[in-house]
Amino acid sequence: MNFRSIKLYYGDIPEDQAGGKIISSDAKTDWPLWEIFIRSKQGLDHKHMGSLHAADAQMAIENARDVYTRRMEGVSIWVVESKYIHASNPDDADSMYEPAEDKVYRHPTFYDLPDEVKHM
Amino acid sequence: MNDPLIQYALHLADNALILGHRNSEWCGHGPVLEQDIAITNISLDLIGQARNFYQYAAKLINGSTNKPINNATEDSLAYLRDNREFKNCLLAEQSNGDWAKTTLRQFLFSSYQFYLYQELSNSRDEQLAAIAEKSLKEVTYHLRWSSEWVIRLGDGTEESHQRMMNAIDELWMYTGELFVATDYELVVAREGTGVDLSVIESKWKEKIKEVFSEATLPYPGKVFMQTGGKEGKHTEHLGYILAELQFMQRAYPNSEW
Repeated sequence: MNFRSIKLYYGDIPEDQAGGKIISSDAKTDWPLWEIFIRSKQGLDHKHMGSLHAADAQMAIENARDVYTRRMEGVSIWVVESKYIHASNPDDADSMYEPAEDKVYRHPTFYDLPDEVKHM
Repeated sequence: MNDPLIQYALHLADNALILGHRNSEWCGHGPVLEQDIAITNISLDLIGQARNFYQYAAKLINGSTNKPINNATEDSLAYLRDNREFKNCLLAEQSNGDWAKTTLRQFLFSSYQFYLYQELSNSRDEQLAAIAEKSLKEVTYHLRWSSEWVIRLGDGTEESHQRMMNAIDELWMYTGELFVATDYELVVAREGTGVDLSVIESKWKEKIKEVFSEATLPYPGKVFMQTGGKEGKHTEHLGYILAELQFMQRAYPNSEW
Protein backbone atom coordinates (compact mmCIF):
# COMPACT_ATOMS: atom_id res chain seq x y z
CA MET A 1 0.00 0.00 0.00
CA ASN A 2 1.12 3.44 -0.79
CA PHE A 3 -0.15 5.72 1.96
CA ARG A 4 -0.33 9.38 1.17
CA SER A 5 -1.07 11.97 3.78
CA ILE A 6 -3.15 14.35 1.69
CA LYS A 7 -6.23 15.40 3.61
CA LEU A 8 -8.96 17.20 1.74
CA TYR A 9 -11.99 17.49 3.90
CA TYR A 10 -14.84 19.10 2.08
CA GLY A 11 -15.88 21.89 -0.19
CA ASP A 12 -13.08 23.68 -1.90
CA ILE A 13 -10.39 21.54 -3.38
CA PRO A 14 -7.08 23.43 -3.43
CA GLU A 15 -6.44 24.23 -7.06
CA ASP A 16 -2.94 22.76 -7.02
CA GLN A 17 -4.27 19.44 -5.77
CA ALA A 18 -7.50 19.26 -7.63
CA GLY A 19 -6.17 17.94 -10.89
CA GLY A 20 -9.24 19.35 -12.53
CA LYS A 21 -7.50 22.55 -13.38
CA ILE A 22 -4.91 20.73 -15.42
CA ILE A 23 -7.55 18.95 -17.43
CA SER A 24 -9.38 22.23 -17.81
CA SER A 25 -6.53 24.28 -19.21
CA ASP A 26 -5.67 21.53 -21.66
CA ALA A 27 -9.28 20.92 -22.47
CA LYS A 28 -9.74 24.30 -24.05
CA THR A 29 -7.07 23.49 -26.58
CA ASP A 30 -7.25 19.70 -26.75
CA TRP A 31 -10.92 18.80 -26.61
CA PRO A 32 -12.66 19.60 -29.87
CA LEU A 33 -15.96 21.39 -30.11
CA TRP A 34 -19.10 19.45 -31.01
CA GLU A 35 -22.44 20.65 -32.35
CA ILE A 36 -25.39 19.03 -30.63
CA PHE A 37 -28.69 18.11 -32.29
CA ILE A 38 -31.56 16.77 -30.25
CA ARG A 39 -34.89 15.31 -31.27
CA SER A 40 -37.64 16.04 -28.81
CA LYS A 41 -40.54 13.72 -28.03
CA GLN A 42 -42.92 15.65 -30.24
CA GLY A 43 -40.46 16.64 -32.92
CA LEU A 44 -39.67 14.59 -35.97
CA ASP A 45 -36.37 16.27 -36.72
CA HIS A 46 -33.21 16.82 -34.74
CA LYS A 47 -32.80 20.49 -33.86
CA HIS A 48 -29.57 22.31 -33.17
CA MET A 49 -29.30 22.91 -29.42
CA GLY A 50 -25.82 24.37 -29.05
CA SER A 51 -22.26 23.19 -28.78
CA LEU A 52 -19.94 21.74 -26.16
CA HIS A 53 -16.45 20.36 -25.69
CA ALA A 54 -15.70 16.65 -25.51
CA ALA A 55 -12.76 14.35 -26.11
CA ASP A 56 -14.62 12.05 -28.49
CA ALA A 57 -18.07 11.29 -29.89
CA GLN A 58 -19.05 9.04 -27.01
CA MET A 59 -18.24 11.72 -24.45
CA ALA A 60 -19.97 14.32 -26.60
CA ILE A 61 -23.20 12.29 -26.52
CA GLU A 62 -22.98 11.88 -22.76
CA ASN A 63 -22.16 15.53 -22.21
CA ALA A 64 -25.09 16.45 -24.44
CA ARG A 65 -27.31 14.15 -22.38
CA ASP A 66 -26.18 15.90 -19.20
CA VAL A 67 -26.24 19.44 -20.53
CA TYR A 68 -29.23 19.48 -22.89
CA THR A 69 -31.67 16.76 -21.82
CA ARG A 70 -31.93 17.40 -18.08
CA ARG A 71 -35.49 18.62 -18.37
CA MET A 72 -36.77 15.78 -20.55
CA GLU A 73 -36.11 17.65 -23.75
CA GLY A 74 -34.93 14.78 -25.85
CA VAL A 75 -35.27 11.22 -27.02
CA SER A 76 -32.40 11.14 -29.50
CA ILE A 77 -29.04 12.87 -29.79
CA TRP A 78 -26.80 13.56 -32.76
CA VAL A 79 -23.33 15.01 -32.36
CA VAL A 80 -21.12 16.39 -35.11
CA GLU A 81 -17.64 17.71 -34.63
CA SER A 82 -17.92 21.40 -35.38
CA LYS A 83 -15.01 21.38 -37.81
CA TYR A 84 -17.07 19.25 -40.18
CA ILE A 85 -19.75 21.91 -40.48
CA HIS A 86 -19.22 24.09 -43.52
CA ALA A 87 -20.91 27.44 -43.37
CA SER A 88 -21.73 30.13 -45.89
CA ASN A 89 -19.80 33.33 -45.59
CA PRO A 90 -21.76 36.27 -44.11
CA ASP A 91 -19.90 38.60 -46.48
CA ASP A 92 -21.62 36.86 -49.37
CA ALA A 93 -25.08 37.68 -48.05
CA ASP A 94 -25.70 40.39 -50.68
CA SER A 95 -25.16 38.09 -53.59
CA MET A 96 -26.54 34.97 -51.92
CA TYR A 97 -29.86 36.09 -50.49
CA GLU A 98 -30.87 39.55 -51.62
CA PRO A 99 -31.59 38.59 -55.23
CA ALA A 100 -34.48 36.49 -53.91
CA GLU A 101 -36.18 39.47 -52.36
CA ASP A 102 -37.86 40.88 -55.47
CA LYS A 103 -38.87 37.54 -56.93
CA VAL A 104 -42.33 37.30 -55.49
CA TYR A 105 -43.40 34.98 -58.30
CA ARG A 106 -41.46 32.23 -56.55
CA HIS A 107 -44.13 32.14 -53.84
CA PRO A 108 -47.30 30.19 -54.63
CA THR A 109 -49.41 33.06 -53.26
CA PHE A 110 -48.33 35.11 -56.28
CA TYR A 111 -50.58 33.12 -58.55
CA ASP A 112 -54.35 33.52 -58.86
CA LEU A 113 -55.95 30.13 -58.84
CA PRO A 114 -59.08 29.46 -60.91
CA ASP A 115 -62.05 28.70 -58.65
CA GLU A 116 -62.32 25.25 -60.23
CA VAL A 117 -59.06 24.16 -58.64
CA LYS A 118 -59.79 22.65 -55.28
CA HIS A 119 -57.64 21.14 -52.58
CA MET A 120 -54.72 23.54 -52.94
CA MET B 1 -35.11 2.32 15.51
CA ASN B 2 -33.56 -1.10 16.13
CA ASP B 3 -35.79 -2.84 13.64
CA PRO B 4 -33.41 -4.38 11.04
CA LEU B 5 -35.59 -3.15 8.18
CA ILE B 6 -35.40 0.44 9.47
CA GLN B 7 -31.66 0.18 9.87
CA TYR B 8 -31.37 -1.25 6.39
CA ALA B 9 -33.43 1.56 4.87
CA LEU B 10 -31.28 4.10 6.71
CA HIS B 11 -28.12 2.36 5.52
CA LEU B 12 -29.28 2.59 1.90
CA ALA B 13 -30.33 6.20 2.38
CA ASP B 14 -27.08 7.23 4.08
CA ASN B 15 -25.00 5.67 1.29
CA ALA B 16 -26.83 7.75 -1.27
CA LEU B 17 -26.88 10.96 0.76
CA ILE B 18 -23.21 10.95 1.71
CA LEU B 19 -21.90 10.06 -1.73
CA GLY B 20 -24.34 12.56 -3.23
CA HIS B 21 -23.06 15.23 -0.88
CA ARG B 22 -19.46 14.43 -1.73
CA ASN B 23 -20.19 14.76 -5.44
CA SER B 24 -22.06 18.01 -4.85
CA GLU B 25 -18.81 19.50 -3.55
CA TRP B 26 -17.65 19.52 -7.18
CA CYS B 27 -20.43 21.91 -8.17
CA GLY B 28 -18.69 24.91 -9.69
CA HIS B 29 -15.29 23.19 -9.47
CA GLY B 30 -15.61 20.56 -12.21
CA PRO B 31 -12.72 20.21 -14.64
CA VAL B 32 -14.87 21.46 -17.53
CA LEU B 33 -18.38 22.84 -17.60
CA GLU B 34 -19.86 19.71 -19.18
CA GLN B 35 -18.39 17.40 -16.52
CA ASP B 36 -19.33 19.82 -13.76
CA ILE B 37 -22.92 19.36 -14.87
CA ALA B 38 -22.49 15.59 -15.20
CA ILE B 39 -21.21 15.09 -11.66
CA THR B 40 -23.85 17.45 -10.29
CA ASN B 41 -26.57 15.48 -12.08
CA ILE B 42 -25.26 12.29 -10.47
CA SER B 43 -25.24 14.06 -7.15
CA LEU B 44 -28.88 15.05 -7.55
CA ASP B 45 -29.83 11.51 -8.58
CA LEU B 46 -28.21 10.15 -5.41
CA ILE B 47 -29.83 12.71 -3.14
CA GLY B 48 -33.16 11.86 -4.76
CA GLN B 49 -32.59 8.18 -3.94
CA ALA B 50 -31.67 9.14 -0.39
CA ARG B 51 -34.94 11.04 -0.03
CA ASN B 52 -36.96 8.01 -1.11
CA PHE B 53 -35.21 5.73 1.37
CA TYR B 54 -35.44 8.32 4.19
CA GLN B 55 -39.14 8.87 3.59
CA TYR B 56 -39.69 5.13 3.81
CA ALA B 57 -37.51 4.83 6.93
CA ALA B 58 -39.46 7.68 8.55
CA LYS B 59 -42.73 5.93 7.79
CA LEU B 60 -41.45 2.72 9.36
CA ILE B 61 -40.11 4.55 12.41
CA ASN B 62 -43.36 6.44 12.99
CA GLY B 63 -45.32 3.21 12.66
CA SER B 64 -43.14 1.28 15.09
CA THR B 65 -44.05 0.51 18.68
CA ASN B 66 -41.30 2.61 20.28
CA LYS B 67 -41.68 5.59 17.98
CA PRO B 68 -39.99 8.85 18.93
CA ILE B 69 -41.91 11.73 20.53
CA ASN B 70 -41.37 13.90 17.51
CA ASN B 71 -42.31 12.22 14.27
CA ALA B 72 -39.34 11.26 12.14
CA THR B 73 -39.18 12.90 8.72
CA GLU B 74 -36.76 12.64 5.82
CA ASP B 75 -35.27 15.93 7.04
CA SER B 76 -34.86 14.92 10.65
CA LEU B 77 -33.14 11.72 9.56
CA ALA B 78 -30.72 13.53 7.28
CA TYR B 79 -30.09 16.63 9.37
CA LEU B 80 -30.46 15.63 12.99
CA ARG B 81 -28.71 12.31 13.40
CA ASP B 82 -25.18 12.19 14.76
CA ASN B 83 -22.05 10.74 13.26
CA ARG B 84 -22.41 7.38 15.01
CA GLU B 85 -25.97 6.93 13.78
CA PHE B 86 -25.00 7.15 10.11
CA LYS B 87 -24.72 3.76 8.45
CA ASN B 88 -23.11 4.59 5.14
CA CYS B 89 -20.17 2.59 3.83
CA LEU B 90 -16.76 4.19 4.41
CA LEU B 91 -16.18 4.36 0.66
CA ALA B 92 -18.99 6.88 0.22
CA GLU B 93 -17.50 9.41 2.63
CA GLN B 94 -13.93 9.39 1.29
CA SER B 95 -12.66 12.75 0.11
CA ASN B 96 -12.94 13.82 -3.51
CA GLY B 97 -9.21 14.14 -4.13
CA ASP B 98 -8.60 14.71 -7.82
CA TRP B 99 -10.88 13.82 -10.72
CA ALA B 100 -9.37 10.32 -10.88
CA LYS B 101 -10.24 9.62 -7.25
CA THR B 102 -13.75 11.00 -7.60
CA THR B 103 -14.53 9.03 -10.76
CA LEU B 104 -12.97 5.85 -9.36
CA ARG B 105 -14.98 6.19 -6.15
CA GLN B 106 -18.10 6.62 -8.27
CA PHE B 107 -17.22 3.60 -10.39
CA LEU B 108 -16.56 1.35 -7.39
CA PHE B 109 -19.76 2.48 -5.74
CA SER B 110 -21.98 2.58 -8.81
CA SER B 111 -20.99 -1.00 -9.69
CA TYR B 112 -21.99 -1.98 -6.16
CA GLN B 113 -25.27 -0.08 -6.29
CA PHE B 114 -26.01 -1.49 -9.74
CA TYR B 115 -25.96 -5.13 -8.62
CA LEU B 116 -27.47 -4.27 -5.25
CA TYR B 117 -30.47 -2.51 -6.78
CA GLN B 118 -30.85 -5.26 -9.37
CA GLU B 119 -31.33 -7.75 -6.54
CA LEU B 120 -33.29 -5.35 -4.36
CA SER B 121 -35.85 -4.77 -7.10
CA ASN B 122 -36.95 -8.37 -6.36
CA SER B 123 -37.34 -7.60 -2.67
CA ARG B 124 -40.40 -8.92 -0.84
CA ASP B 125 -40.73 -5.39 0.54
CA GLU B 126 -42.69 -3.61 -2.18
CA GLN B 127 -41.48 -0.15 -1.28
CA LEU B 128 -37.79 -1.09 -1.32
CA ALA B 129 -38.32 -2.95 -4.58
CA ALA B 130 -39.99 0.08 -6.15
CA ILE B 131 -37.25 2.50 -5.07
CA ALA B 132 -34.58 0.09 -6.31
CA GLU B 133 -36.25 -0.31 -9.67
CA LYS B 134 -36.53 3.43 -10.17
CA SER B 135 -32.97 4.09 -8.99
CA LEU B 136 -31.48 1.35 -11.13
CA LYS B 137 -32.04 3.40 -14.28
CA GLU B 138 -30.05 6.26 -12.82
CA VAL B 139 -27.30 4.03 -11.53
CA THR B 140 -26.97 2.34 -14.91
CA TYR B 141 -25.96 5.70 -16.31
CA HIS B 142 -23.64 6.49 -13.38
CA LEU B 143 -21.90 3.19 -13.97
CA ARG B 144 -21.49 3.87 -17.67
CA TRP B 145 -20.22 7.41 -17.07
CA SER B 146 -17.77 6.46 -14.32
CA SER B 147 -16.38 3.36 -16.04
CA GLU B 148 -15.62 5.44 -19.09
CA TRP B 149 -13.64 7.87 -16.96
CA VAL B 150 -11.71 5.04 -15.29
CA ILE B 151 -10.84 3.68 -18.73
CA ARG B 152 -10.08 7.11 -20.16
CA LEU B 153 -7.70 8.05 -17.36
CA GLY B 154 -6.26 4.58 -16.75
CA ASP B 155 -5.50 4.10 -20.43
CA GLY B 156 -4.66 7.75 -21.01
CA THR B 157 -1.41 9.60 -20.45
CA GLU B 158 1.35 8.63 -18.07
CA GLU B 159 0.09 11.21 -15.59
CA SER B 160 -3.59 10.21 -15.79
CA HIS B 161 -2.60 6.55 -15.37
CA GLN B 162 -0.53 7.44 -12.31
CA ARG B 163 -3.41 9.42 -10.83
CA MET B 164 -5.74 6.45 -11.29
CA MET B 165 -3.16 4.20 -9.65
CA ASN B 166 -2.94 6.58 -6.68
CA ALA B 167 -6.73 6.64 -6.46
CA ILE B 168 -6.83 2.82 -6.31
CA ASP B 169 -4.24 2.94 -3.52
CA GLU B 170 -6.34 5.36 -1.54
CA LEU B 171 -9.75 3.74 -2.07
CA TRP B 172 -9.31 0.00 -2.44
CA MET B 173 -9.08 -0.59 1.31
CA TYR B 174 -12.68 0.62 1.64
CA THR B 175 -14.17 -1.80 -0.89
CA GLY B 176 -14.10 -4.88 1.35
CA GLU B 177 -16.73 -3.41 3.63
CA LEU B 178 -19.29 -3.34 0.82
CA PHE B 179 -19.66 -7.12 1.07
CA VAL B 180 -19.29 -7.69 4.81
CA ALA B 181 -22.85 -8.02 6.00
CA THR B 182 -23.88 -6.45 9.28
CA ASP B 183 -26.42 -8.08 11.57
CA TYR B 184 -29.29 -6.06 10.13
CA GLU B 185 -28.27 -6.92 6.58
CA LEU B 186 -28.19 -10.62 7.46
CA VAL B 187 -31.70 -10.42 8.89
CA VAL B 188 -33.24 -8.59 5.95
CA ALA B 189 -31.44 -10.89 3.50
CA ARG B 190 -32.86 -13.90 5.30
CA GLU B 191 -36.33 -12.42 5.24
CA GLY B 192 -36.10 -11.70 1.53
CA THR B 193 -36.52 -7.96 1.98
CA GLY B 194 -32.80 -7.17 1.66
CA VAL B 195 -29.98 -8.40 -0.53
CA ASP B 196 -27.61 -11.28 0.12
CA LEU B 197 -24.28 -9.53 -0.40
CA SER B 198 -22.43 -12.73 -1.27
CA VAL B 199 -24.61 -12.96 -4.38
CA ILE B 200 -23.47 -9.62 -5.75
CA GLU B 201 -19.83 -9.78 -4.65
CA SER B 202 -18.67 -12.00 -7.50
CA LYS B 203 -20.56 -9.94 -10.07
CA TRP B 204 -18.98 -6.77 -8.70
CA LYS B 205 -15.48 -8.26 -8.88
CA GLU B 206 -16.05 -9.38 -12.45
CA LYS B 207 -17.17 -5.88 -13.43
CA ILE B 208 -14.19 -4.21 -11.75
CA LYS B 209 -11.78 -6.68 -13.37
CA GLU B 210 -13.30 -6.12 -16.80
CA VAL B 211 -13.07 -2.32 -16.59
CA PHE B 212 -9.64 -2.26 -14.92
CA SER B 213 -8.30 -4.57 -17.62
CA GLU B 214 -9.60 -2.26 -20.35
CA ALA B 215 -8.13 0.66 -18.43
CA THR B 216 -4.72 -1.11 -18.24
CA LEU B 217 -4.96 -0.97 -14.45
CA PRO B 218 -3.88 -3.97 -12.35
CA TYR B 219 -6.54 -5.60 -10.20
CA PRO B 220 -5.28 -4.98 -6.64
CA GLY B 221 -4.01 -7.83 -4.52
CA LYS B 222 -5.18 -8.58 -1.01
CA VAL B 223 -4.96 -5.64 1.38
CA PHE B 224 -6.31 -5.04 4.86
CA MET B 225 -9.88 -3.87 4.50
CA GLN B 226 -11.34 -1.10 6.66
CA THR B 227 -14.82 -1.72 7.99
CA GLY B 228 -17.27 -0.21 10.47
CA GLY B 229 -19.13 2.48 8.53
CA LYS B 230 -22.32 0.47 8.24
CA GLU B 231 -22.36 0.22 12.04
CA GLY B 232 -21.63 3.86 12.68
CA LYS B 233 -17.85 3.72 13.05
CA HIS B 234 -16.61 6.17 10.48
CA THR B 235 -13.41 7.71 9.19
CA GLU B 236 -12.70 11.27 10.30
CA HIS B 237 -14.24 12.56 7.07
CA LEU B 238 -17.87 12.02 7.99
CA GLY B 239 -17.80 14.51 10.86
CA TYR B 240 -16.74 17.28 8.50
CA ILE B 241 -19.39 16.31 5.98
CA LEU B 242 -22.12 16.40 8.62
CA ALA B 243 -20.81 19.68 10.03
CA GLU B 244 -21.45 21.30 6.67
CA LEU B 245 -24.58 19.34 5.81
CA GLN B 246 -26.33 19.81 9.15
CA PHE B 247 -25.14 23.27 10.16
CA MET B 248 -28.27 25.16 9.13
CA GLN B 249 -30.75 22.84 10.85
CA ARG B 250 -28.62 22.67 13.98
CA ALA B 251 -28.10 26.43 14.18
CA TYR B 252 -31.62 27.42 13.14
CA PRO B 253 -33.91 24.52 14.11
CA ASN B 254 -36.93 24.00 11.87
CA SER B 255 -35.80 26.62 9.38
CA GLU B 256 -37.22 26.11 5.90
CA TRP B 257 -36.46 27.48 2.47
